[in-house]
Amino acid sequence: MTDVAASPGNSNVASATPDTMSWDSRARRMVMIYLPLACFVIILLFPFYWMTVTSFKPNAELLNYKEHNPFWISSPTLAHIKHLLFNTAYPTWLKTTMLVAIGSTFLSLFASTLAAYAIERLRFRGSPYVGLGIYLAYLVPPSILFIPLATVIVQFGLFDSPLALILVYPTFLVPFCTWLLIGYFKSIPYELEECALVDGATRLQILRRITLPLAVPGLISAGIFSFTLSWNEFIYALAFIQSGANKTVPVAILTELVTGDVYQWGALMAGSLLGSLPVALFYSLFVDYYVSSLTGAVKE
Amino acid sequence: MSVTTLPSRSMALRQPGWIARLFDYKPFLIVMCLAPAIGLLTVFLTYPLGLGVWLAFTDTTIGQRGIYIGLENFQYLLKDPLWWNAVFYSIFYTGIATIGKFALGFWLALLLNNHFPFKSLLRAIVLLPWIVPTVLSALAFWWIYDPQFSIISYLLVDVLHIRSTNIDFLGTPWPARFSLIAANIWRGIPFVAISLLAGLQTISPSLYEAAMLDGATAWQRFRYITLPMMMPILAIVMTFSIIFTFTDFQLVYAITRGGPVNSTHLLATLAFQRGIAGGELGEGAAIAVSMIPFLVFATLFSYFGLARRKWQQGEAND
Repeated sequence: MTDVAASPGNSNVASATPDTMSWDSRARRMVMIYLPLACFVIILLFPFYWMTVTSFKPNAELLNYKEHNPFWISSPTLAHIKHLLFNTAYPTWLKTTMLVAIGSTFLSLFASTLAAYAIERLRFRGSPYVGLGIYLAYLVPPSILFIPLATVIVQFGLFDSPLALILVYPTFLVPFCTWLLIGYFKSIPYELEECALVDGATRLQILRRITLPLAVPGLISAGIFSFTLSWNEFIYALAFIQSGANKTVPVAILTELVTGDVYQWGALMAGSLLGSLPVALFYSLFVDYYVSSLTGAVKE
Repeated sequence: MSVTTLPSRSMALRQPGWIARLFDYKPFLIVMCLAPAIGLLTVFLTYPLGLGVWLAFTDTTIGQRGIYIGLENFQYLLKDPLWWNAVFYSIFYTGIATIGKFALGFWLALLLNNHFPFKSLLRAIVLLPWIVPTVLSALAFWWIYDPQFSIISYLLVDVLHIRSTNIDFLGTPWPARFSLIAANIWRGIPFVAISLLAGLQTISPSLYEAAMLDGATAWQRFRYITLPMMMPILAIVMTFSIIFTFTDFQLVYAITRGGPVNSTHLLATLAFQRGIAGGELGEGAAIAVSMIPFLVFATLFSYFGLARRKWQQGEAND
């Protein structure tokens, strides 16, 4: 509707500068905008479609493109998902992943809220440098840390324990969350805190009663982002966890389900689909927070 | 009511507990607030970073403390064709994937910046590849790249009749390299597009109106308004993208594990193979440390991007 309403308005302008405004003619708009957009969407979504289709296809259909159209399922089956849930340790992996993701999310939220509050609101000499240091920590990729971290984890006696992951994930979550929350705290008027100080509230009371309730959107953004990042983390989980029961979903699918020379594509894709669903669901509930935190973090 | 509460409150004011007083003492409070974050980062980030550099100069293996051996690991790496191969592919992978991601991502951002129905739904859909665990979408790509049952081969051979044989995506070095780059671009487009879209939305429409009145063409508007205005955010997003593409691990490990004949090893996967799977912690750490110069280069790139932004917008505005 807005589209239809907009084009006459634009054509008025077009009469003023005819040669530049031919851009907005309908056919041109179709070719220049909708067609490429459709291609982008198809390509970006195709792997998920393929994943879904594969996980509900019976094996016979899966490997026979001559008799069955591969893009569609003629006789859908839940066999792969059933196999996954009852013949493998998939539920345990899901539980472990959930535990790790929730644990590390809460730990990083706690640490980064306090840090962001101290940096942005308690304002001490050198606070910008602490902020910068935390920001720089975000630029250290896990790929150069996992080998020494593995030895640290062994020293602490945490090898092969989900607790190791809960403690390690904040290294990439805290910098992100802290920067996000600094941005949110900045947007809260300082006068509110001054009023509370005059009324005799302590700093911690101010944080709990005034700043935090106002920063709830920021906390949600940071929380869902941390949850997603911990759910998706791979290299630490691969390096620090050995026993099958303690593996997280991404690692377990790759190391426990990929066996032998004949890959069980149905089960593999069903596992990927089930492993993606929690974050996808989470994502669909909080889309706006994701977008705002992603763009907010970049803009900071 | 107020009469009864007032005295009790002034009592509390007169005699706050020593704990409350301690927590109201600003330096103490600052230390307490920073302690969890700084503590976690020091123990699990700064210390391992230093330890990693130290390990690179030792011959540590799993289960055995190493001794200092100087630059031996690095000298060994310089003579190792596999390491050179990984350096080459890391740079190649980062270069091509970054160009692809930014060209397509910027294009997608420009497309999404138009007005059309269901815009927010579309924006949500576009971000999906970035939200889903990389390893799991990599598995989907592995299946799409299957030598026998690849859906792309099926399309090209049986539907469109362009080719007569299936494409061997992952069996030979160069197709495997490009297949991985394609998967990386696919995964990177959403992040680039959504961040750049945020930047596009901050550009004031009046600039375009003024340019249009002056008779600027669409290309001129892009070249002289959009691009310069997007430079700061482009620099930041690109730095992040370069750092995380260069140190990528998941895609390669999930799809090829460095094969065929070690042609698709990135430095990170090579470090994992030598350090964790092979047990040569010292050598693995040396490979990981050899990534640092490249990362420093990328960070400096970001710094100058930021400096440019300050120069453009003046001192007061940041």
